[in-house]
Amino acid sequence: MENLTDLTACEASTLLRRGDITSVELTRASLDLIEKLEPTLHAFITLTPDLALKKAADADVQLKSARKDKNAPIPRLLGMPIVVKDVLCIKGVRCTCGSRILDNFTAPYTATAVQKLIDAGVVILGKTNTDEFAMGSSTETSGYGATRNPWDIDHVPGGSSGGSAAAVAAHFTSLGLGTDTGGSIRQPASFCGLTGIKVTYGRISRYGLVAYGSSLDTVGALARNAADLAIAIELMAGQDPLDATSSDKPVPQIDLNNPIGLKNLKIGIPKEYFIAGMQSEVSQAVQEAIRTLETLGADITEISLPHTAEALPVYYLIAPAEASANLARFDGVRYGLRGTDTDIIGMFKKTRGAGFGSEVKRRIMLGTYALSAGYYDAYYNQAQKVRTLIKQDFEAAFTKVDVIAAPVAPSTAFRFGEHANDPLAMYLEDVFTLPANLAGIPGLAIPAGFDQKGLPIGIQLMGPAFSEELLLKIGHAYQQVTNHHLNKPALINTSE
Amino acid sequence: MALTPDTVRHIADLARLDLSEQEITEYGEQLSAILEYAARLQAIDTSGIPPTSSILPPVSVLREDEPHSGLTRDEILEIAPKTKRGQYQVPPVFE
Repeated sequence: MENLTDLTACEASTLLRRGDITSVELTRASLDLIEKLEPTLHAFITLTPDLALKKAADADVQLKSARKDKNAPIPRLLGMPIVVKDVLCIKGVRCTCGSRILDNFTAPYTATAVQKLIDAGVVILGKTNTDEFAMGSSTETSGYGATRNPWDIDHVPGGSSGGSAAAVAAHFTSLGLGTDTGGSIRQPASFCGLTGIKVTYGRISRYGLVAYGSSLDTVGALARNAADLAIAIELMAGQDPLDATSSDKPVPQIDLNNPIGLKNLKIGIPKEYFIAGMQSEVSQAVQEAIRTLETLGADITEISLPHTAEALPVYYLIAPAEASANLARFDGVRYGLRGTDTDIIGMFKKTRGAGFGSEVKRRIMLGTYALSAGYYDAYYNQAQKVRTLIKQDFEAAFTKVDVIAAPVAPSTAFRFGEHANDPLAMYLEDVFTLPANLAGIPGLAIPAGFDQKGLPIGIQLMGPAFSEELLLKIGHAYQQVTNHHLNKPALINTSE
Repeated sequence: MALTPDTVRHIADLARLDLSEQEITEYGEQLSAILEYAARLQAIDTSGIPPTSSILPPVSVLREDEPHSGLTRDEILEIAPKTKRGQYQVPPVFE
């Protein structure tokens, strides 16, 4: 049999149900590969191998009894090893958010999205690395060291869900949970040659996700193809009484066995997403992917999203403003690190000054400034008004086209330290992913090729709110006729 | 529009952040550059445009008013840095 770690979730699920493989075998194969490559990649902050093997054994018992009773429904991910970004709480497991301020924090409850997968019988291998509090585009701001890109270890995996991206790209698992506030799933998916989905705001509960920008945060996933993502999203989506912003819209059953023809599908190409200065190989690969969608029957039209360039300043005022409020809770009183001082204000300042890393402090400062007296109208309020214009751009576009196709990022994975001293240059990495968060709409990143250095390139599909099913079906149709997503980093082949 | 060190100190004070002199200089420069970039928004005509604070429709979400169990005091205090007699212990708040 081929390597168990090369199986997609769909393939592994079929073999598990038939009894051809066991969850313990699958989990051990994952843990063996992690043991070999984790010292090089550093995808995890916390590994949970004992818990994983126990859950795998439980899943095998359940699978065995389900096979005896032909009528018993078997959850699709029963016995499947997955990884979870370290900003989602799992009861009894350390949750650091990539921050030293939470180094000793053990979560007292479990995030709803994760709980739904646990109820379906998944096996959690560990908590993956992230930029500190998900603030970053490279995992370099993590308080636990950066993760390396399995395609080239001198390059970043993207971020902030870079640990999950590296883990899936390195075949540690077929499924990684991530979060996307400004591109934190789609950009690392693109940098690591993966399929990653940012869902509609409110589609998946945020309960148990440590908040960064509450009006932008979404929970989603990264996988090696659209079909695996569809299973995960369907399981995690739905209204949650513990998150008042979760949507009561029914969750569709995504059936990829009946692939849609793309005939009559209108795809818009926003001219503002092909900018001067972007890597030419990226725009070429994206154009090529668009031609492929056209050969599948899609109707391609150029569109305009006139306020695209404003998304960057809008995001970098709104997200830090929300972050500065959300991160006020880390005060050394109830959990996490505590600094020492003689009075309480001094204790707050020492705790936060020592516990937060430089990017988090920078964003708290920026957000505090944007919200402070005298600057609120000029910065924060104006940003919220321009956010309305960005949202209206998409609403207008979706009266003409069904979905929008664009690059995920202006370049492929950059080198470590490339933007170390220039936060603004780092923020520019997010220029094509931020608009979907500001508008609350879903986005799907799909592998679309490689540059000359062998680094992956991604294309992004954006659709109207709650169009995840359509995006995944288009992604699946594309992956039936292309093989970019089937490529494997050389690092894995040499270690097997 | 460069931020003065005093403005940076004031913001750090509001944000309850203990910063080093080097951080105050660095953040002053970096935040000035970012804010200068963000100032382009002020050139956009937004008269008559309402602000978007959430993309969701502004409706109140209600639930049944039924009691249910939550975390116990012990579970909560177990993760606190310092406790005393079943409560959080902190440095003096009043002189």
